[in-house]
Amino acid sequence: MTVPPRTHRATPGQTVGPFFAYGVEFDRMHQVVDPYAPGAVLLGGTIRDGAGAPVPDAFVEIFGADSDGRVPQARGAFRRDDHTFTGFGRAFTNEDGRYEFFTRNPGAPIGRAAFFAAIVYARGLPDRLHTRIYLPDDSAALAADTFLSSLVPEERATLVATRTPEGHLSHDISLQGERETVFLAF
Amino acid sequence: MTAEAIAPPVNSLAAPDRASQREITAEIGELHAALEQRERSGEAIPSTVIDFPAYRSSILRHPTKNLKLVDPETVELLSPAFGQRDVGAVESDLTIQHAGEPLGERLTVRGRLTDSWGRPVPNQLIEIWQANSAGRYIHQRDQHPAPLDPNFTGAGRAITDDAGEYAFTTIKPGPYPWKNHVNAWRPAHIHFSVFGSSFTQRLVTQMYFPGDPLFALDPIFNTIWRQKDRDALIGVYDHDLTSEEWATGYRFDIVVDGPDATWFENEGE
Repeated sequence: MTVPPRTHRATPGQTVGPFFAYGVEFDRMHQVVDPYAPGAVLLGGTIRDGAGAPVPDAFVEIFGADSDGRVPQARGAFRRDDHTFTGFGRAFTNEDGRYEFFTRNPGAPIGRAAFFAAIVYARGLPDRLHTRIYLPDDSAALAADTFLSSLVPEERATLVATRTPEGHLSHDISLQGERETVFLAF
Repeated sequence: MTAEAIAPPVNSLAAPDRASQREITAEIGELHAALEQRERSGEAIPSTVIDFPAYRSSILRHPTKNLKLVDPETVELLSPAFGQRDVGAVESDLTIQHAGEPLGERLTVRGRLTDSWGRPVPNQLIEIWQANSAGRYIHQRDQHPAPLDPNFTGAGRAITDDAGEYAFTTIKPGPYPWKNHVNAWRPAHIHFSVFGSSFTQRLVTQMYFPGDPLFALDPIFNTIWRQKDRDALIGVYDHDLTSEEWATGYRFDIVVDGPDATWFENEGE
C-alpha cells in the first residue's frame, strides 16, 4: 500500500515563549509513576545552552513503553489515577536547568534497544525538538541499533543515558555546542 | 558546580545589544531573503527556522547541526492517550474560572484538528495560554505595568470531539511588550499546545488575529519565513461563529504533520 499525497499543509510550530508554566502544568506531571512505587526510576538531567549555561525556562516531555515493551494506550495521560501507567510525563526545568521524572525503565522487543521518546521546548527555541533517551544497560542491543550505528560515537553518546549506582538514569541535554544533543526528524 | 556555571536569575529577559526596531526589521528582511535564496538553490527548509538571530534568545539555544532523519518506532507513532475524563468541560471556557467576568472582548475560537491527509484527529488534547486583554500574563516573570485581571487566568484545555473539532471561549489578548529589542511588542496571540495521534505530530504554536500591525515587526512570528505559512497562524473571522450580543467568533484549523508511517497507523481506526 502506498501513501497518498498530503492534501493539507502542516501548521507551523512556534516557540513556547517564557510564560508556558501556568498554561501546560498539570498535577504530578513529572510522576509517570509514584516515586515510591517498586520499580520507579528517577530520570533526570540538565539542559544547557551553547555557552554551557543551564536553561531554566524549558520543559521536556517523555513517552515510553511499559517495562514489558508495550506502549500504553490507556486513556488518562493527563489525570494521574495512581494505578494506570500512561507512559507520558512532562517536567519543567528548575533554576539550575534540571528536569526530573519518576518513571519505569521502558522495555523493548527482544534484541531491540529500549528508549524514551522525548521532546524539548524552551523560551528561545523557535520550534520543539524531538530526541530519544536510550537506556544504557543492553550494550548488545545498542550496538545492533541501526540508527545509533549510523552516528559517530560522540553523537551516539548524547542519546544514551547513564545508569547511576542507585539505579537511576542521568541524561543531560545540550541545545547547542560541542556536545550538542542529536535531535531528530521523522 | 562553579559560580560561573550558575545562570543569572531570569528576572530580566532583555537582550544585551538593545537593537532598534528598525535594525530588527532589517534583519528579518535579510534572513527571509537569504532563506528564499537557499530554497531556490534546492535546499529543503522547514516552515519554522530555528536559526533566526533576530529572535535574540534563540542565538544560544538552537541546535547548529542538522536534525537526523530516523525511522519512527512504535512509541513514536502512537501518542499519549487522552480522553474526555482528562479535562473538565468548564476548562475550555476561560471566562468562567473566577467569581466575576474578565474584562475584554469575548471570543469564541473554534477549529478542527486534522492530519496532513485531512483526516480528523479525535480525542486529543489542546492546551492554550494567553495574556489578558491588557497584554499582561499572570506569570510572575511578567512584571510590565499593565493591570492583572482578577477574573482572568488565561489557561484552558479541551479534548477534540469525534470530528476533531474543539472550541474555546476566552477574551482577546492584548499586544505584549518584551525585551528582545528596544520598544519590542508582540502581536496579540494565543499559545496552542496540540497532541496528534502520533508523538511525532506534537505541535506547539501560536494563533494570531487578522490585520495586526505588529506582524512585520515581530521576530518570533517571522521565524516562520514563508508568508503562506505565517498566514496559516492567523485566525479567520467567522460571522457564523459570532453569537448575538455575546462573542465574536474566529476559526483556527490546525494540521499536524507526521512521517508517512502515520498514514498507516491511522487507517482503519
